[in-house]
Amino acid sequence: MQTRYSAHIYGWLLLLPAAVLLVAFTHAPMVSAFVDSFMSTPKGARPARFVGLMQYETLIEDPIFWRVLGNNILFAVWTIPASIALAIAMALLVNGKLKGRGFLRMAYFTPTVLPMIAVANIWMFFFTPDYGLIDQIRGLFGGGPVNWLGQQSTALYCLMVVTVWKEAGFFMIFYLAALQGINPSLYEAASLEGASRWTVFRRITWPLLMPTTLFVLINAVIGAFRLVDHVVVMTKGGPDNASSLLLFYIYEIGFKYWDTAYASTLTVVLLVLLAAVAVFQFTYLDKRTHYQ
Amino acid sequence: MRLGEASLSAIELRGVAKHWGTTRAVDGINLTARQGSLVVLLGPSGCGKSTLLRLIAGLEEVTDGSIRIGGEDVTKLPPARRHLAMVFQNYALFPHLDVRENILFGLKVRKVGAADRDRRLKRVAELLAIGHLLDRKPGQLSGGQQQRVALGRAIIAEQPVCLMDEPLSNLDAQLRQDMRREIRALQRELGVTMIYVTHDQTEAMSMADQVVLLRDGRVEQDATPAELYARPATLFVASFIGTPPMNRLALADGPHGACIKGAPEAVIGDSGGTGLVLGVRPEDMVLAVDSGDGLAGTVDSSEYFGADTIVACRVGTETALIRCPGNRLLPPGTPVRLGWNEGAAHLFDAGTGRRRSVD
Repeated sequence: MQTRYSAHIYGWLLLLPAAVLLVAFTHAPMVSAFVDSFMSTPKGARPARFVGLMQYETLIEDPIFWRVLGNNILFAVWTIPASIALAIAMALLVNGKLKGRGFLRMAYFTPTVLPMIAVANIWMFFFTPDYGLIDQIRGLFGGGPVNWLGQQSTALYCLMVVTVWKEAGFFMIFYLAALQGINPSLYEAASLEGASRWTVFRRITWPLLMPTTLFVLINAVIGAFRLVDHVVVMTKGGPDNASSLLLFYIYEIGFKYWDTAYASTLTVVLLVLLAAVAVFQFTYLDKRTHYQ
Repeated sequence: MRLGEASLSAIELRGVAKHWGTTRAVDGINLTARQGSLVVLLGPSGCGKSTLLRLIAGLEEVTDGSIRIGGEDVTKLPPARRHLAMVFQNYALFPHLDVRENILFGLKVRKVGAADRDRRLKRVAELLAIGHLLDRKPGQLSGGQQQRVALGRAIIAEQPVCLMDEPLSNLDAQLRQDMRREIRALQRELGVTMIYVTHDQTEAMSMADQVVLLRDGRVEQDATPAELYARPATLFVASFIGTPPMNRLALADGPHGACIKGAPEAVIGDSGGTGLVLGVRPEDMVLAVDSGDGLAGTVDSSEYFGADTIVACRVGTETALIRCPGNRLLPPGTPVRLGWNEGAAHLFDAGTGRRRSVD
């Protein structure tokens, strides 16, 4: 009895440092954001007071919130499938018998190593009107200058391109590892039956990559709502919030306008959104996934 | 298709070679498999038997030579157009598909109609007694059941040729014995030509119509199991077939003819013995403790196996194993007399390893 008791204490002591950090910087802020979302923003001599669902009513009537949420959903809907498809294509390519594939693997992975701020700055140059890389290439074919980041119709899509370019190489590594775990005689068995490359991919490779896809999907969804570095560097959400994402909007509300209560409300919405997506992925998709 | 020729030889290899850089995995193999026969490719690991099978399947490209299946030159054809099915050593079952989908995979790829598919699946499931497993995933099956499913996937294709790459090596001894009989019966019933790779001589001896013993990528002997046992073409074959394998006793010149090294009594009259090796199977040897006939020897050790006892004896500088019926545990050092049955002696050239005729 004595030893079991001390084993418990020992275990808790080992967990303590990590637990303290998690509680202090993750769980406590989550709870306080939830509490703050029912309060008013304290101003000078006026302390915060309970206002019930008022902040949520403001949110429902806030056109910028809906615009930013729409942007973010659009951003996720385009970047996630695009970066997953690109990652699988690259992984299949560098998994095959290919000269210089070591170099190619490294090249595909390089964007992942670079900090987003640096990546955003590189792409800023690509998107520069007139003398940026894209416009220079367009110029060769007689295209005029386009203000890619400065017009509402293209700004968000430019951010998507940067994100896909940065994320695909990272996801490729997971797919490459998964591909190398697939028994090569499965492919030989399929080749004896004369299965086409598409059939092999659809009936063997893709289902066997499903656990990886699920993992990548969760990371990609979180990434789509978490990454704002490129927004800060490239467009600052503009023009007219055309390229603003939810987290960037929260940052603006909370730390530029100092409306901390409303920022808390937005944060709660973001957390609920992410939780809902995670639940869907872990329940519905998990059942349809084969784990070896 | 020329009928006469095709019905005789289902598979014909001419000078087939596979080289990787300077390594000659398979080197100039000639081989003919009759229609409906079971040919075993036998040999120690690294002898090139699996590579040869993969060359026949088309999973590897030949460096040289030609492969004909059913009278058609398939040397340059992809695996799918060689009219064959294959069972892999690790079964290669698709882990995410249930047994039904695993078996039907090939038929679906080949766009066989649903009615035909169901009829064939039913027959295969009955044949292999796996009807109750159809909805399970491979991970939920035992090794023996997985083996059956792999067989089912090969059989349902109804191809004239079936290739097997050490299909029983992952099963336990009892199951292996059952499956050996079952595969052989199945092969006869379906009338397919089967090429079967194994390193287990028991499988080769008990299943094959024809055994091709390989060594270092070359054919050491190509014969029936009985011929392989009764007339091994080389010392290597003699040492590979039989448990325990044939005794190989180095000979020397003696005063009255060839004798076993270090033992003066002549074993072959009127002949020199240097450079020759005498081969006698342990089961052909006779051991006597009391009588005065035969070569003098002393017991080194003896092992009891139930039905018989294997006694190791020292004769001159050589050691011979003798299979004695029943329990004949003799203490080491016991003096014994050794002999062998009429016509049981084989002679080999020590240098080339090739068989010599016994006078």
